Amino acid sequence: MRFLLVLLLLLAPLTGRAQDAFSDALPGLGGGFAQQAEATDRLGALGDPRAVPILRALSDGRLLKRPDGTLLIREGDRVTEVATGAAADPAGAEPLRINNRVRQALRGALGRLSLVSPDPAERLAAAEAVFRSRSVENIPLLEAALARETLSRVRERLELALAASRMASPDEAAKRAGIAALGETSSAEARGILLEARATNPALAGEIDAAIASIDRRLTIRHAFETLFQGLSLGSVLLLAALGLAVTFGVMGVINMAHGEFVMLGAYTTFVMQEALRDIPGLAPWSLPLSVPAAFLVAAACGAALERGLIRHLYGRPLETLLLTFGVGMMIQQAVRLGFGAQNREVSSPPWMQGTLELPLGVMVTQNRLWILVFSLAVLGLTVAAIRFTRFGLEMRAVTQNRRIASAMGIRTGRVDALTFAFGSGIAGIAGVALSQIDNVSPNLGTGYIIDSFMVVVFGGVGSLAGTLVGAMTLGVVNKMLEPFAGVVLAKVFVLVAIMFFIQRRPRGLFALKGRAAEQ
Amino acid sequence: MTRPTLTRRAALAGLGAALTAPAIRPSMAQSAPIKIGVLHSLSGTMAISETALRDTVLMMVEYQNSKGGLLGRRLEAVVVDPASNWPLFAEKARELLQVHKVDVTFGCWTSVSRKSVLPVFEELNGMLFYPVQYEGEEESRNIFYTGAAPNQQAIPAVEYLMSADGGGAQRIVLLGTDYVYPRTTNRILRGFLNSKGIGNADIMEEYTPFGHSDWQGIVTRVKAFANQGKKTAIVSTINGDANVPFYRELGNQGIKAEDIPCVAFSVGEEELAGIDTRPLVGHLAAWNYFMSVQSPANTEFKNLWQAYIKNPRRVTNDPMEATYTGFNMWAQAVAAARTTAVDAVRTSVIGQEFAAPAGYTEKMLPNHHLSKPVMIGEVQADGQFNIVWKTPTVVPAENWSQFIPENANRRRG
Amino acid sequence: MSIALTAPPPSRMRLGIRTGLIIAVLLLAALPILNMLPRDSAFHVSDFIVSVTGKWICYAVLALSLDLAWGYAGILSLGHGAFFALGGYAMGMHLMRLIGPRGAYGHPVLPDFMVFLGYTELPWFWHGFQSFPYAMLMVMLVPGALALVVGFLAFRSRITGVYLSILTQAMTYALMLAFFRNDMGFGGNNGFTDFKELLGMPLGTPSARAVLFYASLVLLVGSMLLCAALTRTKYGRVLTAIRDAESRARFLGYDTTRHKLFAFVLSAMLAGLAGALYVPQVGIINPGEFSPGNSIEAVIWVAVGGRGTLVGALLGAFSVNALKTWLTSAAPDLWLFALGGLFVAVTLFLPRGLIGLFDRVKKGRGA
Repeated sequence: MRFLLVLLLLLAPLTGRAQDAFSDALPGLGGGFAQQAEATDRLGALGDPRAVPILRALSDGRLLKRPDGTLLIREGDRVTEVATGAAADPAGAEPLRINNRVRQALRGALGRLSLVSPDPAERLAAAEAVFRSRSVENIPLLEAALARETLSRVRERLELALAASRMASPDEAAKRAGIAALGETSSAEARGILLEARATNPALAGEIDAAIASIDRRLTIRHAFETLFQGLSLGSVLLLAALGLAVTFGVMGVINMAHGEFVMLGAYTTFVMQEALRDIPGLAPWSLPLSVPAAFLVAAACGAALERGLIRHLYGRPLETLLLTFGVGMMIQQAVRLGFGAQNREVSSPPWMQGTLELPLGVMVTQNRLWILVFSLAVLGLTVAAIRFTRFGLEMRAVTQNRRIASAMGIRTGRVDALTFAFGSGIAGIAGVALSQIDNVSPNLGTGYIIDSFMVVVFGGVGSLAGTLVGAMTLGVVNKMLEPFAGVVLAKVFVLVAIMFFIQRRPRGLFALKGRAAEQ
Repeated sequence: MTRPTLTRRAALAGLGAALTAPAIRPSMAQSAPIKIGVLHSLSGTMAISETALRDTVLMMVEYQNSKGGLLGRRLEAVVVDPASNWPLFAEKARELLQVHKVDVTFGCWTSVSRKSVLPVFEELNGMLFYPVQYEGEEESRNIFYTGAAPNQQAIPAVEYLMSADGGGAQRIVLLGTDYVYPRTTNRILRGFLNSKGIGNADIMEEYTPFGHSDWQGIVTRVKAFANQGKKTAIVSTINGDANVPFYRELGNQGIKAEDIPCVAFSVGEEELAGIDTRPLVGHLAAWNYFMSVQSPANTEFKNLWQAYIKNPRRVTNDPMEATYTGFNMWAQAVAAARTTAVDAVRTSVIGQEFAAPAGYTEKMLPNHHLSKPVMIGEVQADGQFNIVWKTPTVVPAENWSQFIPENANRRRG
Repeated sequence: MSIALTAPPPSRMRLGIRTGLIIAVLLLAALPILNMLPRDSAFHVSDFIVSVTGKWICYAVLALSLDLAWGYAGILSLGHGAFFALGGYAMGMHLMRLIGPRGAYGHPVLPDFMVFLGYTELPWFWHGFQSFPYAMLMVMLVPGALALVVGFLAFRSRITGVYLSILTQAMTYALMLAFFRNDMGFGGNNGFTDFKELLGMPLGTPSARAVLFYASLVLLVGSMLLCAALTRTKYGRVLTAIRDAESRARFLGYDTTRHKLFAFVLSAMLAGLAGALYVPQVGIINPGEFSPGNSIEAVIWVAVGGRGTLVGALLGAFSVNALKTWLTSAAPDLWLFALGGLFVAVTLFLPRGLIGLFDRVKKGRGA
């Protein structure tokens, strides 16, 4: 209630004239892009809250235009005339299209109009929008909004927006205040605004430079953390892709060239789950979490079939297994291509995996990458737990250490082999679920990861999950640190060459399994 | 087949046995079918883009046959799989021309595949219709290019970005996959931007490998580049597979089209079908055709395609339209020349006009390229493009760009 | 790990193989002659057959070189495609330099791709390639040097088995990534194409095809004889011993590193030569040749034919590639199943490859 009151007080001197100006501005929304943008600006400047639903409708493609020029607005199934509010027939009306220029104007106008919205999320977005549109007229609005705002994160944004708007003011003192406020931030956008102002305000150059230097100090720290995060994120992807391999290759000594295809099957399972659950209201939002067990089962089943059907005939001949699984991988890939089509499949991200999260110091991390990082560590934890604390894990370790004695102890080694391979393949499937969130879901998905995965496992030390973790994270971070200097490709080449030299120094990897048995 | 042939085949110890089988020459009766070679990768990395083009050619063959064929003869497609392997492209091209004796070939997507088959088509005097936008700087008497040359796509798109409607960009980021099309296009664009007063300090250029999937660092650097106080736009020549992760990262790092619009030259309806487009609304693509074009020819094309593929939701895209247009021009030329002989058809194709689905009448020019309209579309939430700008008339192709200085002393072939 | 020794074939069988080989070589040698016959002759062989067979011969040399490393020295290289490609690139550079001012831009020295990428002068490593002997030297020297470095480091640290395989795979992968970069000065993804001539003869003519075909055949026969002779010397015996029990051979006082290194470097040089003859025949070299999949395919040829027999490598290279050529036209959607199925079937049921199959048939008949 108080908001509305303030709003009315604020708008009181305008309302008399605004009545006509509002109606005058409306038809412009149905014109060309330039007219639309101009009309939007006028509506935003008027500050009339009636414009909000109309502009929202334009932004969402719900504003229609009849051939005679009448504008209609659609809310759910209801269609009304914009000018009169009367119900109308949408027949023959086309939705109005907008372009980036209009979208930009809309953002500014809607921002101004919703600075006093009761919803804090809307106010935050409004502050962000006003920050970007920055004009002198926004200063009083922002000051009024700041006076009332209680939430600190919204206040922060509003202050930034106010500072940015002040930079557009002709008043020297306001500009100084703006510069000082912007200089306190660690925002790259603020830096951009200051740089822009520097060109037009030679008198303030000294202050602006100081403010930029102060931002730069914070930005350096921020970038360092962001690079670290990006490296860890790349590492987590490598970890996920390599973890299954660490089990099948590291523990069993089987070189599975079809590993990438199991990852791909996991990604396709995610797609199938999404399509299957699309029309089930309660389950649809859960399709991604539900895909994790589904992908595990699908890939594990394929893995078990591959092990029982083919690989077990080749134990003790790792190189032959390599060739065999290469052939199997070719067939799986082509089967998926014929079954699902060669085109990419769309796996959408749930809302909680979209956008960025701001951490302290202004460090920005993308939600999906953060989740994948957490997820990869969780999968690693579960894998370690399964190997260390379950009966199956115990048998698996026993078979790894000495197959014949384990067999003599009554362990059914064949069953353990099948389960281990299924387990490793299942983890590959889980990796596919995560990769569906950042990469193409296409038949070629797995091919891109297979070599990196092998490198991670060998670098970390075959048979050591801790080695896989450290190996993956090291490779990720080193890669990301090199990237800005060497470029994406050379960074990768350097890392590969470095690994080759490393393996030459330590043939058994970072975390070598210690044993007394000599080879052969 | 004669007896000695059999003996010889037996003597080959079975090596080429299977190969020679299709080599039996058809009797040149009037009823012999006209053979259409289809040289698109059906497996490997390029299958993702090229299978749709294979289907387009097959659709056209079926359609033409339903209209009674050509010159009273039936059309027959010969499909091979060059498997995204460039030397295999050359081998398959030779096989199509020498073993299957095709009258015309539709094929290739990547420039390298075209460069690989070009000597074969020239040596054996074949005819290839190449349907994809490319970097230009090439001309062959045996190839007809039905996709865009740089002046029909890249330059108008950048002009749009710099215009008031496009946001008035003053700083340009050139992102591309590291191969010849992005390299050449960006070189042309740099020349163009410099001529428009945008200096090299305001241009950022970065290349990534094929299928690049980790865009975090680059998108962060683009953001930093954009925050230097001038309106910035991205020009993307990122190829196929790498686009999905790129756009996901763009969306997740909150780069909105209103702030940093990104115009792409290799992203069409097919690519968008694999992406959730809601965070990308407003980003742009420049092509010579969009599925959302309103024209009778386009309605016919779309209906034909969706009926053929038996999926009312399958999309069409620019290279498919270029294949369709190329096929129709070839059919018109054959009808006009009253023969499928390559030399006769070559002269008769030039000057052919066709009311293309793009809504304009396109014409085959003497430089073996088409005159085409240029369109800029904004991505919509439904995965289609909203056409925000187009040229009033068709633009003739300049395959030798005026912005590459070396073209001044080029040898005219 | 130990590998079952391939028993020396009985002399009657060796004789059979030798006559078979001689007949096969004579038949191959006849192909370009048959190609010269008039087109309507029943014996006429099409250009396609000649060019595709020429390509297979180069693959067969690659398979042979791989068999020397894998079948006799126990080095399963998953990066042999890299040596093949490097040889190809060296030849490609020579061919590019020979184009001279005939390029589209008419630049007297720079190849077309350098012109439109804005190079003003030739990068240093391109000098010298206009000379044929220098290029031929590089064809062998570059792959050989790479094999020497990689092999020395790996064998000295006693990296064997799958670790070595993964290491070599990483090597070819790194090279592929590097060559894809346009800034490397090797033409990036497009690589080299549009060659004009070699040794004064214009490419793309039947006579040039025949010359290249015979050159490849000579290389094949030569390397076959060299490998066969080598494996029968004392050195060859030691190599086989190292393959089967490396530690034991080392304890007996043999310098296993040096033995393996020699075989590996020789094998890389042969692969480089094969690549050099391959490039003018297919008309293109690009970084795709470095792709790890290509190297694995080459290993599969050897496995299909039967490793450790030399003849098997040839048989495998010809049969798998013939099958691939046929199926990519006859069953474009399904050929990967057929080829993949073949790899599975051979590893499962024919551990000694097709040669082993002949062997078994012969034995069956003899008993």
